[in-house]
Amino acid sequence: MAFHSRIDSSETPKFSDLKRLACDQLIYLLEQLPGRKDLFIEADLMSPLDRIANVSILKQHEVDKLYRLDNKPVISSCNQLCFLIRPHIQAVKWISDIVNSDKITGKCRKYKIIFCPQKFYVCEAVLEEQGVFGDVTCDEWEFYFLPLDDDIISLELPEFFRDYFLDGDQRWVSATAKALHYFHSLFGLPLKVYGIGKCAKITYEMWRQFIEEGEKKLSTDKTGNLFIFDRDVDFVTPLCSQVVYEGLLDDVFRIKCGSVELCSDVTASDKTIKVLLNSQDKVFNEIRNEHFSNVFGFLSQKAKNLQTAYDKRQGMDIKQMKNFVSEELKGLKQEHRLLSLHISASEYIMKRKTKLDFQELLKAEHSLLDGFNVRESISYIEEHIIRQISMIESLRLLCLLSLTENGLVSKDYRSLKSQYLQSYGIEHVLTFANLRQMGLLVEQQPGETFTAMESTVGKLVADKAVGKLTDAFSSLAKKSNFRALSKKLTLIPKSNEEYDLHSPPDMAYIFSGAYIPLSCKLIEQVLERDGWNGLEEVARMLNGNEFAVTAGGGGAGEAKPKPQSSRLMFVIFLGGCTFSEISALRFLGKQKGYKFIIITTAITNSSRLLESLNDGHS
Amino acid sequence: MGSELSQNSVTEAKIFHSAYRTGVAILTKAYRFSVVTNIEDQKIWRLPDVPGLQTSGLSCWTVISQDRQTKLVLASGRNIYVLDSDSCTSVTVPGLDPDISSYLHMSASFNYKYLALYTNTGCIWMGTSNLKEKLGEFDCKFHAPPKQMVWCRRPRSQQPSVVLMWDSLLLVAGKSNESIQYPYDELYLVPELDGVRIIGSKSHEFLHEVPATCEEIFKIASMAPGALLLEAHKEYKKESQKADEYLREIKDQNLLPTAVEQCIEAAGFEYEPETQKMLLRAASFGKSFLSNFSPERFVTMCRELRVLNAVRDYTVGMPLTYVQFRQLTVQVLIDRLVFRRLYPLAIEICKHLKIREFQGVSHVLKHWACFKVQQKEPDEDIAHAINQKLGDTAGISYSEIAAKAYECGRPELAIMLLDFEPQSGEQVPLLLKMKRGQLALNKAIESGDTDLVYTVVMYLKNEMNRRDFFLTLRKHPVALSLYRQFCKHQEQDTLKDLYNQEDDHQELANFYVQESYQEAKVEVRVAELQKAVDEYSKARNEFAAKATEEQIKLLKFQRKLQDETDKPYVDRSLHDTVYSLLLEGSHRHAEQLYKDFKIPDKRYWWLKISALAEKNDWEELEKFSKSKKSPIGYLAFVEVCVKHQNKYEAKKYVSKVTPELKVKAHLLVGEVEQAADIAIERKNENDLNLVLSRCNQSTDRSLVERLNKARSGANKK
Repeated sequence: MAFHSRIDSSETPKFSDLKRLACDQLIYLLEQLPGRKDLFIEADLMSPLDRIANVSILKQHEVDKLYRLDNKPVISSCNQLCFLIRPHIQAVKWISDIVNSDKITGKCRKYKIIFCPQKFYVCEAVLEEQGVFGDVTCDEWEFYFLPLDDDIISLELPEFFRDYFLDGDQRWVSATAKALHYFHSLFGLPLKVYGIGKCAKITYEMWRQFIEEGEKKLSTDKTGNLFIFDRDVDFVTPLCSQVVYEGLLDDVFRIKCGSVELCSDVTASDKTIKVLLNSQDKVFNEIRNEHFSNVFGFLSQKAKNLQTAYDKRQGMDIKQMKNFVSEELKGLKQEHRLLSLHISASEYIMKRKTKLDFQELLKAEHSLLDGFNVRESISYIEEHIIRQISMIESLRLLCLLSLTENGLVSKDYRSLKSQYLQSYGIEHVLTFANLRQMGLLVEQQPGETFTAMESTVGKLVADKAVGKLTDAFSSLAKKSNFRALSKKLTLIPKSNEEYDLHSPPDMAYIFSGAYIPLSCKLIEQVLERDGWNGLEEVARMLNGNEFAVTAGGGGAGEAKPKPQSSRLMFVIFLGGCTFSEISALRFLGKQKGYKFIIITTAITNSSRLLESLNDGHS
Repeated sequence: MGSELSQNSVTEAKIFHSAYRTGVAILTKAYRFSVVTNIEDQKIWRLPDVPGLQTSGLSCWTVISQDRQTKLVLASGRNIYVLDSDSCTSVTVPGLDPDISSYLHMSASFNYKYLALYTNTGCIWMGTSNLKEKLGEFDCKFHAPPKQMVWCRRPRSQQPSVVLMWDSLLLVAGKSNESIQYPYDELYLVPELDGVRIIGSKSHEFLHEVPATCEEIFKIASMAPGALLLEAHKEYKKESQKADEYLREIKDQNLLPTAVEQCIEAAGFEYEPETQKMLLRAASFGKSFLSNFSPERFVTMCRELRVLNAVRDYTVGMPLTYVQFRQLTVQVLIDRLVFRRLYPLAIEICKHLKIREFQGVSHVLKHWACFKVQQKEPDEDIAHAINQKLGDTAGISYSEIAAKAYECGRPELAIMLLDFEPQSGEQVPLLLKMKRGQLALNKAIESGDTDLVYTVVMYLKNEMNRRDFFLTLRKHPVALSLYRQFCKHQEQDTLKDLYNQEDDHQELANFYVQESYQEAKVEVRVAELQKAVDEYSKARNEFAAKATEEQIKLLKFQRKLQDETDKPYVDRSLHDTVYSLLLEGSHRHAEQLYKDFKIPDKRYWWLKISALAEKNDWEELEKFSKSKKSPIGYLAFVEVCVKHQNKYEAKKYVSKVTPELKVKAHLLVGEVEQAADIAIERKNENDLNLVLSRCNQSTDRSLVERLNKARSGANKK
């Protein structure tokens, strides 16, 4: 057996192939509808599509005009309409309306729906109910992965989070398992699979099933290890304010599919500028994982270097000058442009963050994390709510409080909620109902001390389920146990020494040295122990469902793992992960010699998580 | 069937085959022809009428079916007509005695390329089926028409020959002037691809042209390489040196490969296993003197002959020739064996020929199982036997077998069989067909495939009455949550019913709340909210019930205000309402809300000072600050003033700020020095840091130094 792709920690598979494959397939699908056509794209898909196939590619394949799919009549005069949508009932209904209104006005057109990444039965059911099933043709665009960077791959399914963790709807789980199967058929099977969380387990089982059914020819290569992680195992980390540069950019400007739009306030010009953020941007690559306090120093150093590089021009003769212009100048100019963009972005962040008393906020967060002076934190949150500082921020603090304190005492629970309703409106009872169901904002149950008994009950429930899915959301035993976990895993570094943010000793630097992200710490521990041995207690506190299996379809003895390939780690976040977590894992990788590849259902942050659970009208 | 056939009775029909289909040509009493080219799709074509047929009568006809075209050739008196879908042409047969007054018989060859005519003069004309070329003629001098006349040819043979049969005579006629005659009685002739099968009451014989290869090998004194090789091998067995001579003779001419090929080929044409063996051994013998002769043909021939010999055995009774076997393909042979229920033989053949499982063994086993389910044995036994045999053989679909069992009216057995199906996705459709919705739902949920669950849910929704449907869903939370998702978009009302059915008051209440703010009319909204209050109380969610009640109160109040002032208040939170009231100076109403809704003092103070500051009503603000002790401290006053760019007013409140916050207050109004003084005095590290962070180049150097000194002092402490 030949190992044609020997992968060591410095070398990673080429994920850009994923893009090419997706693009080719889309083109193929478009060509299935020959002739000029108008393309309607669902809003969710616009940014991802742009990264795969830009407008000029689409135009090359006879796409006439591009529209955003909306709930309104179309004005297109083209006689072929193509729709590119996620399998959402809503979108299908809108399309049905378009078709039906054409029928009424007697327009005769061809309609084609391309579902991405797959079609669901309900979509067809809706088409049937609306009486247009025979009028449209359906296709599937198996676009599962959008490589955002060398080490980040996104499924671009932000709705995964709410659909699964709140509504218990597993539709995206099988899609994810399918995606995983596809991924590994391209890049080889993992040597070992670890995971925690119910959804992780289901995903893993489904994926195994796909392998057994073996429709696709699997590459027999073994590549790295795999860690599947449920978002609901750790809600604390994504709810903290991000202070690493990339995370901050996301919090402040919202990074969309790996690019950010800087508004005119930032760029000090009339137009907004779209900047692609990835490792190709040399300036960004050096600061993305840095704590924000280091960023300015770095940028000014960089500016000085740049100046020196420019200054080389002085005293050059003609030939050297020619060389300089043809070889270096372009690079320098590019760097200059990026540098100034990042400097103005940082300045903007500074301005905004000091205005909102960012330091105070961080202080309050940190005291929540280490459970210090809870009363003070509560009154801080109360003031936050009363002053209507920010709807989502207040909610975030409330959730953090509940998560770290294992629920709020009855009195606080009620009073904070009613304060919140007074500030932001009654509709938020729905939001609170959601948060309660998710275990994000709960009331402490009287007699909370019977944890041992309760956990055995929880275990029974888990055993009975044995991987197969039953009730996906038993609100029972949804407790965070944060305090105990934090002690067990020493998530809070000792505070008596000054934390060195310039050369940090651990992953806590991503939260100014106040907290090591639980998610990343778990991954570190499991990798160190090669499984869950010695972590039983921790796993129990996280509601179990942990697993570690030697995968590989071809039997254990067949493929001896190359030592370096096991340094490659794929981490899958079901329900999304934050840029801070990615930074932490990159740090861990550098520290321990791993190469992490992050696969996530979507890039998320506190606002995105909470907005997806917000049912109030905002 | 066409109207022609219903009006006139059928007098004759001929069935014709080609490689891909079987058709029928029909003649009615009115001498009209119709053709069904493919009995699979039963389309009937009326052919045009033939002139004069009514009067002169029809003596004989036949079907020519070539390349998707079907034509009829018919003889009426001395005329020959060719009839196709849109025309009827009269043809003269080339090279035939003009005296002929009628044709007694005609016959097309197996591949429809040739046609034979038998005239009233006893002459047999052989030619191409397009009647353009004559191949031969034979005069047998019998005037009685033969009972049967069929072609006897093998593919690619240049020798036309026809077999004719009378009551006790069989005659083979060809190009030569002589014929072969066999005495026979009571026979039936079946033309085949490569010869004629002669079926008698007690015998079954096959008449065919001797293949060229066999002729070359077995002809007396043949010097063909194959013949020499065979001879060499015979001598070799006798341990005679002649073997070497023969062999050398072939080798010298470089014909050894041809010799081997010939022997292998000839073995295929031979029927007797002994002869086959003899030829194959000779081939093998010759092969051993060749260095790079591919063994494949030899091996394949051995294997296939073994199979042929096995099926030719009288217990099986399929006397296929090698040519026919190759034409049929192994798949068809296996299918035929399966139809005859010769399962073990079929499996052995598959194994012997190394056919891929899903086409071979699994395929046979599946048919076996489908047959097995029709047996009158207890369900358990059958299911057990099937599972025993099939196990986990790849490519077997238990659901297909189960479907068969269901077709045979054995649903219980079908369910048992489905249990063996490893893929839940395959089980579900059949279970639905069997109207086992509940079971299908279980299986679908087990599979984890939401799509499958939806399929079942949608099916159940249409099949069951609503009550039962809801009850079923209730037992399956996964299905329930999926259905809820569906209803949220498609059927809001169903959702309500669903919650009602489940007594899920919490969700029902949430539903009403949601409904309420989709309503524009305040009255309707209030009504919806009232329902929500009831449901929340039933759900024992007092908090939400109370909050909703307050909302109703607020809505009514806002409505009243709106009527009075003609300004929009509805849709605002309590906080926002009070704030806008304060901004507008409606302090009376604001106070009323403050009291009615028990707004906490802290909030009210924040609201009030923010509103006053925004209105730049600094006088009122100062008055308010003195009204009583501020529950939110005085830093808030500083903040709101600074926020509205009034440092002058802000400074008024700095002195009132509690000592801990004073540093901040000074900093807010821009008094760095005062802030520094207090910080140094208080020796508080955080404060010192805070002040230091505000220092810049323009700040006094000495101040910075003092601060740093104090900080290091505080650090030591």
